[in-house]
Amino acid sequence: MSEGTAGAGPVSADASAAASDSGAALEPVIGLEIHVQLATATKMFCGCELSFGQPPNTRTCPVCLGLPGSLPVANERAVHFGLMIGLALGSQLAPRSIFHRKNYFYPDLPKGYQISQYDEPLCLGGRLGEVRIHRVHLEEDAAKLIHVGESGRIHGSDTSVVDFNRGGTPLAEIVTEPDLRSPEQASEWLRLLRATLRQLGVSDVNMEEGSLRCDANISLRPAGSEELGVKTELKNMNSFRFIERGIRAEIERQREIIESGDTVVQETLHFDPTTRSAGGGAGAITSLRSKEQAHDYRYFPEPDLLPVAIDEAMRQAAREAMSELPAQRAERYRRELKLSADSAQLLAFRSELGDYFEAAHAAHADPSPPAQALANWISGDLAARLGDGEDPAASRVQAPALAALVGLVAAKRVSVGAGRQVLDKLVAEGGEDPAAIVEAQGLASLGGEDELGAIVAAALAANADAAERVRAGNEKAIGPIVGAVMRETKGRADGTEVTRLVHEQLGI
Amino acid sequence: MLDLSASAAIAEIEAGDLSAAELFAFYRRRAAEHGGDVEGGGLNCLTWVAEGVADASDGPLAGVPLAVKDLFCTKGVPSQSGSHILQGYRPPYTATAVKRLETAGATLLAKANQDEFAMGSSNENSAFGPALNPWDRGRVPGGSSGGSAAAVAAGLAPWALGTDTGGSIRQPAAMCGIVGLKPTYGAISRYGMIAFASSLDQAGPLTRDVTDAALLLKHMIGRDRCDATSLQFPQEIERPRAERLDGVRLGVPAELQNPGADFAGAEVEPSVRAAFDRALALAQELGASVQEVHLPHAAHALSAYYILSSSEASSNLARFDGVRYGVRATDSTGLLDMYTRTRHDGFGAEVKRRIMLGTYALSSGYYDAYYGRAQRVRTKIAEDFRTAFADVDLIVTPTSANVAFALGEKTADPWSMYLSDFFTVPMSLAGIPAISIPCGLSESSDAVGPHGGGLPVGLQIAGPAFSENRLLDAAHALEQAIGFPEGRARV
Repeated sequence: MSEGTAGAGPVSADASAAASDSGAALEPVIGLEIHVQLATATKMFCGCELSFGQPPNTRTCPVCLGLPGSLPVANERAVHFGLMIGLALGSQLAPRSIFHRKNYFYPDLPKGYQISQYDEPLCLGGRLGEVRIHRVHLEEDAAKLIHVGESGRIHGSDTSVVDFNRGGTPLAEIVTEPDLRSPEQASEWLRLLRATLRQLGVSDVNMEEGSLRCDANISLRPAGSEELGVKTELKNMNSFRFIERGIRAEIERQREIIESGDTVVQETLHFDPTTRSAGGGAGAITSLRSKEQAHDYRYFPEPDLLPVAIDEAMRQAAREAMSELPAQRAERYRRELKLSADSAQLLAFRSELGDYFEAAHAAHADPSPPAQALANWISGDLAARLGDGEDPAASRVQAPALAALVGLVAAKRVSVGAGRQVLDKLVAEGGEDPAAIVEAQGLASLGGEDELGAIVAAALAANADAAERVRAGNEKAIGPIVGAVMRETKGRADGTEVTRLVHEQLGI
Repeated sequence: MLDLSASAAIAEIEAGDLSAAELFAFYRRRAAEHGGDVEGGGLNCLTWVAEGVADASDGPLAGVPLAVKDLFCTKGVPSQSGSHILQGYRPPYTATAVKRLETAGATLLAKANQDEFAMGSSNENSAFGPALNPWDRGRVPGGSSGGSAAAVAAGLAPWALGTDTGGSIRQPAAMCGIVGLKPTYGAISRYGMIAFASSLDQAGPLTRDVTDAALLLKHMIGRDRCDATSLQFPQEIERPRAERLDGVRLGVPAELQNPGADFAGAEVEPSVRAAFDRALALAQELGASVQEVHLPHAAHALSAYYILSSSEASSNLARFDGVRYGVRATDSTGLLDMYTRTRHDGFGAEVKRRIMLGTYALSSGYYDAYYGRAQRVRTKIAEDFRTAFADVDLIVTPTSANVAFALGEKTADPWSMYLSDFFTVPMSLAGIPAISIPCGLSESSDAVGPHGGGLPVGLQIAGPAFSENRLLDAAHALEQAIGFPEGRARV
């Protein structure tokens, strides 16, 4: 919701440089409110199919258009998904919960109220990782407003048009306790939540497309204090990067206010990463409304809907629909595949990487790649070559091909450097057989006295100073020598073998 | 043809003695001639009349024409709930109740005038202007389903559909000398009824007699997947046949007989009291017993009702914002200004009064004192009825404390208008069925209509949830014994 721009103007938000040092005595306290669009077949309160980029206003009916006389009927599947989320977060599933009306006027809200939940939500309490969950409730999404004109917002636009396709999409709102302490921690935790929700299959959890949206409640307090400071609510952070940047900018803004002796005003703020602040930094924070301007939503029980009564059959159905959750998955990787804790967590929390890893591991490449090496290649070299958050399964690199490549590298038939060249080719062109690429490009490993002896000798001769230092015990000086060998072999030489030969020829 | 009740007309059509097309043409002509505005000599009770001829129908309702309160959405047909803000609005779909009747063979004859968004007890709060009472054109037909009641009483439609939130079927039925039934809450789907107060609104029939009411009800009830609050009715609705009331225990609530100082103006006027007492005496002659019952919280129903219904209305009416349909204010300076002007110009005074009342009652800091407390009162009233129904089968009251009042008599004093619902609101809050049948004519000198012999008085009979069959049977027996001159107001 963004129904006003009253209040403070833009303030500097490019605080990344300053964030780390000043005012160590102040501790950020962060809680998140996450809206998740549920991947049901139909909308929350009507039979319209959910929209995925269909032409505007083609997925509508009297109910989601708020036509006179229409009535909502709650989507049982959305309730089921809500219960699954509650189970995954360790929440208490309320035996009875009720929908409320949240009343306010805005053109994206055709009834003049949003059907949401208020004091009797579907799920209460819980925990995910180090963060406690306050509640999970169900509600309906607003329609989409498109503003024509320069301002890009409703005020000052020439015309605003409404696309009701999104209106009425089921949302689960997940509210955390204020247990987060840094922007990085917030974004890391949100990744865990996203992985969990994706694993449940209840949402597409795509931040750019808005199926996962995050607002942050932020306050500062003296480190060690138990009391909470005045909080602000920061909205519109539609990527993990913007979440970190937005929270960091808001922490810095509050820090400046407090350190200059002023008090933070409770208000709702808008983070706009595309604009430049007055100070020239990237990303402006503007006030949407202050506490005084806050809406009185006049919540009252939705008389058109019966209370949601959750019985044992519904709880059982939710339990049976649960798949392995990221925390369980990480544990399995550690226990069964002996992955390092970091690798196990990374693959488990980014389920698209985990799924790809499992597909590669199951490919039975010959020579077979060790699980840890496979994990390293996927989360390191491969992920780095793909876009931020891109699913490797959607790339040209087929999981069995990657497994075969890592197998060749592990068996030292291809050097790490040459392996990376093969991976470049797989990313660009695809292909099923890395061995064929190795063959075609002449990238097979060089190793042993026969193939490398003369090259190593030449490199030692050309780098006599370095050779002397290595002989004197300065192992770091070996770099230029190995580099020369790699240049000569176009990366095909096995680094370990080169080091061994250098030592051998130097007689150490 | 005019003397046939709907059920009688169906029988004649089925026997081949009457054609549905003939009947439709007959009523269409009458509706167009007498249902229009007052300047044209009409009762202003109909806001739209069908053109052309009705399609042949083979359903059990045999094509008998039906008038429908304006607030029912009817596809392609103006449906504006008596409000200027929906001027020209033609819905893209038809309300479930109307659709079910059409499926059963009824044909849509006309849309009927009403108080704006069903808020009123006299049909004077209408963007179309007041409908007139056919018994005396200087008087109101009651409200909010005043147009439906007037049309049936005047013989401009064989029967009609109305809605009742706090008495909006029963009170106009009483004032127009016809039968009006508010069913158990949830018995008929609300889908497609332009909402006033969701937890109270209920559709129901306005008919010449109890048999017609049962027939119309029979074809509307049942669970609707488009209305989460609709319920499967536990039995079929039977054609009422009872002639006697042997063993039936009737209760007369003491609290409603003596409303007390807080409700000055709700006292039953003597002519109504006389007709009510005669009806009780008749009931005893038919074998019923009459005893006093207590509804200790019933007198507070009116206050609770106006808090709850206005609260829900303030939210239900938020969608009329000028963005998507209906009237939008022009030359506004921005979004807020557009909202403000649209609603300022589009809503009438009574609607605005209730939106303000409801908005206030739901406001942060006042919710518990008003809405919360009113809900608790509602619960108490429902308990009162449950307790009373342990001792009696049915509860009887006058439907209204007075007969039809003069146009303009109460418009300046909203509270006196609200008191018109004093006897009907408790049943609405409890969600139980109640019927109003004519029980005679008033005899006081100030209430003698041009037809002579006074104005209609209504008897309200209420029963426990889903007791409609029992209610209709009792009403049928009394109707036979009372012998009300129901055709007297026909034009």
